Amino acid sequence: MSNRSIILEARNISKYFHDPLTVQVLKDISFSIIAGEFIAVIGKSGCGKSTLLYVLSTMDTDYEGNVILQGVDLKGKKDAELAKVRNNSIGFVFQFHYLLNEFNVLNNVMLPGLKKAQYSEQEVEQRAYEKLKILGIQDEALKKPNQLSGGQKQRVAIARALINDPLIIMGDEPTGNLDKKNSDLVFSIFNELSKEYGQTLLIVTHDLEFAHKTHRIIEMQDGKIISA
Amino acid sequence: MKFWLIIRIAFALLMARWKQTMVAAIGVAFSITMFITLLGFMGGLNDLLDGLLLNRTPHIRLYNEIKAPEVLPVNLSPKYKDHYNFVKSVKPKNERQQIHNITAIEAALKQDNRVLGFAPKITAQVFYNIGSTDLNGLINGIDVAGENALFLFNDYVVAGNYTDLNTIPNSIILGKGIAEKTFTNVGDIIQVTTAKGESRQLKVVGLFQSGIQEIDKVQSYASLKTTQNLVGETGSYITDLQVKLHDLSLAPAMAKEFEQLYAVDAVDIQTANSQFETGSKVRTLISYAVGITLLIVAGFGIYNILNMMIYEKMDSIAILKATGFSGRDVNRIFLCIALTIGISGGLAGLVLGFGLSSVIDQIPFNTPSLPTVKTYPVNYNPFFYLIGGVFALITTYFAGFFPSKKASKMDPVTIIRGK
Repeated sequence: MSNRSIILEARNISKYFHDPLTVQVLKDISFSIIAGEFIAVIGKSGCGKSTLLYVLSTMDTDYEGNVILQGVDLKGKKDAELAKVRNNSIGFVFQFHYLLNEFNVLNNVMLPGLKKAQYSEQEVEQRAYEKLKILGIQDEALKKPNQLSGGQKQRVAIARALINDPLIIMGDEPTGNLDKKNSDLVFSIFNELSKEYGQTLLIVTHDLEFAHKTHRIIEMQDGKIISA
Repeated sequence: MKFWLIIRIAFALLMARWKQTMVAAIGVAFSITMFITLLGFMGGLNDLLDGLLLNRTPHIRLYNEIKAPEVLPVNLSPKYKDHYNFVKSVKPKNERQQIHNITAIEAALKQDNRVLGFAPKITAQVFYNIGSTDLNGLINGIDVAGENALFLFNDYVVAGNYTDLNTIPNSIILGKGIAEKTFTNVGDIIQVTTAKGESRQLKVVGLFQSGIQEIDKVQSYASLKTTQNLVGETGSYITDLQVKLHDLSLAPAMAKEFEQLYAVDAVDIQTANSQFETGSKVRTLISYAVGITLLIVAGFGIYNILNMMIYEKMDSIAILKATGFSGRDVNRIFLCIALTIGISGGLAGLVLGFGLSSVIDQIPFNTPSLPTVKTYPVNYNPFFYLIGGVFALITTYFAGFFPSKKASKMDPVTIIRGK
C-alpha cells in the first residue's frame, strides 16, 4: 500500500460524551482508508461506530485526534471550510433518508450540486438524472420524497450523495430501516459503485451478511477497533 | 447564482408549509394593524382635544392693560434717589384700552414671515335687556373674514350665516345660551345697553355654540364697525390683536419681543393656558406609552411565531448542513424566510391598519361641544406607518437571526442525534 492512495486517515481519535456522565465513546482510534476500498464497520449497538462515522464525515467537530482527508488535517477548520469538504468530497447516507420534503426528488439530488456551483443548472440537472438512472429511479424524479417507498427514498439519498462525485461515500446503517429485498438492492448498488466506478465506501452496518460481502471489515467494541 | 439558490431554497421552505407561513405573516400583520389603528385613533382624539383650544385661541394676544405705572415720578427724581419712597394707593392714569398705533403694528406684522396671520378684536361690556331684566354680556367685535380664516369662526355658528355680520348693519350673532334665555332666534331684534348707558337695537343674524356653556351664556359677536359704534369709538379703536404663528413654539419668545417692540402687553398661548400645556403633554405621554407597549407586545408575538417556525425546520437545517451548506448559507436562508414574512406581513398590516382607521373614521360621533365633528377623529400620521413598517422588518429580522444563528453554529450531528 503506497501512502499516495490513502484518502482518509484517522489518527488517535478519542471522543467523550459529557451528558449526563463523562463517558469515553471512542478510544484512540487510528486507521486509514485507501482509494477504491469498500469497508464495513460492524459492532454492537453503542460501541461507537456511528459516532466514529460522524467524526470522520466532519459533521461532529468535538473530538480529540486528527482526521486527515487527502493529506489535509481537518482539525480546527472553520464551519464554512468543513461545509465545503462535505459538499465536495463526502457523500453521506443516513439510516433515515433525510430528504427535504419541500423539494421533489430531482431537486433533492441537485441541491448539493447547485451549492457546489461547479456546473450550470442544466448540467447539474443532467447529472442528477444520470445518478438517478444508475439507481434505477429516474421515473420518480418529479415526485415528492414522501410519495416514495422506503427503499426508493434511500436510493434517492444515495443519488444525492453521489451528485458531486465524492471521494468517499459514508453510510450510517443505510439498510437499517429496509426489508431484506431493499437491503439487497442497496447493497448491490454499493457493490456496483465500488466495482464499476471504483467508488470508495465506508458503511456502518449491523448486517453481518452485508458486511461479509465487502472488501474489509472493521469490527469495533467499546470504542476500540478489535479487528480490521 | 449562490444568492439565487438561497432565495430558491427559502421560498421552497416557505411554500411547503404555506399554512404555517400564512399564520406567521397574519400574526405580523395583525400586530402592525393594531399598532397603526390604535395610535391613529389616539392621535386623532388628541388632536381633537388640542384643537378644542388651539382652534380658537390666538398664539399671541396683543392688548393694552390698564394698570398703575410701575415707575413713579418720585423715583425718577435725582433729589430723592437715595431715599426709600413709599407711595400708597397708586391709581392708573385715565387711559383708553385701545392699542396705540395699531396701523403701524399691523403693517409690521404683515411683513413678519413668522406670522401666519392676525385678526383685530374689540371687547365691549354690555347688558342684554329682556323686558325689565338686564343680563350681563360681552360683545366681541371681530374682523369677520379674518376671524373665520384664523379661528374657524364658521365652525361654531350653528344657525344663520356668519357673513351677514358684514353685510347687515347693526347685526349680532348671539351665544346659544343667551338666545335660549331671551327667547330670541335668527331674524329677531335684541336690545343691548352699553357700559356707558346707551341703548341699541341689534338684529340677530346667527347663533353660535362654542361648547363651553359659560361662554355661550355671556358672549356674542358683532362686526368691528358695529362694536365701535356701540362703544362710541372711531375706526382705529382696537383693544386686542390676535396673532397666529406658523410655529406655535415660538410664541413665548415672540410675545416678549412684541411687548418691547410695540410697547403693548402681549401674552402667549403657553402662558395663558398652562393647564392646557400640561394636559397636552400628559396625553402625548400616554400615547407614547401605549404605542411602545403595543410595539413590545407585537414584537414578542412576531418573535415567538418565527422562532417556532425555525425550530420546526431544524431537520432541514441538519440535512442542508450535512450535504455541504455552511452555517452562513443556513443563516441567510432563514433570514430570507424571516424577512419575506416580515415584509409581506408588515405591508399587509399597514394596509389593514389604514383600512381599519378609515372604518373608525366613518363611525358617527356627535358631541354638543364640537358641532363640526361628525365622526370619530383619526390621525393618519405617516410617521406611525413608518415606525410600524420598520418595526415589522426589524423584529422579524432578529426573530430570524438569533435562532438561525444558533442553528447554524451547531454541528449537524447534534441536531440529528437529538432526535
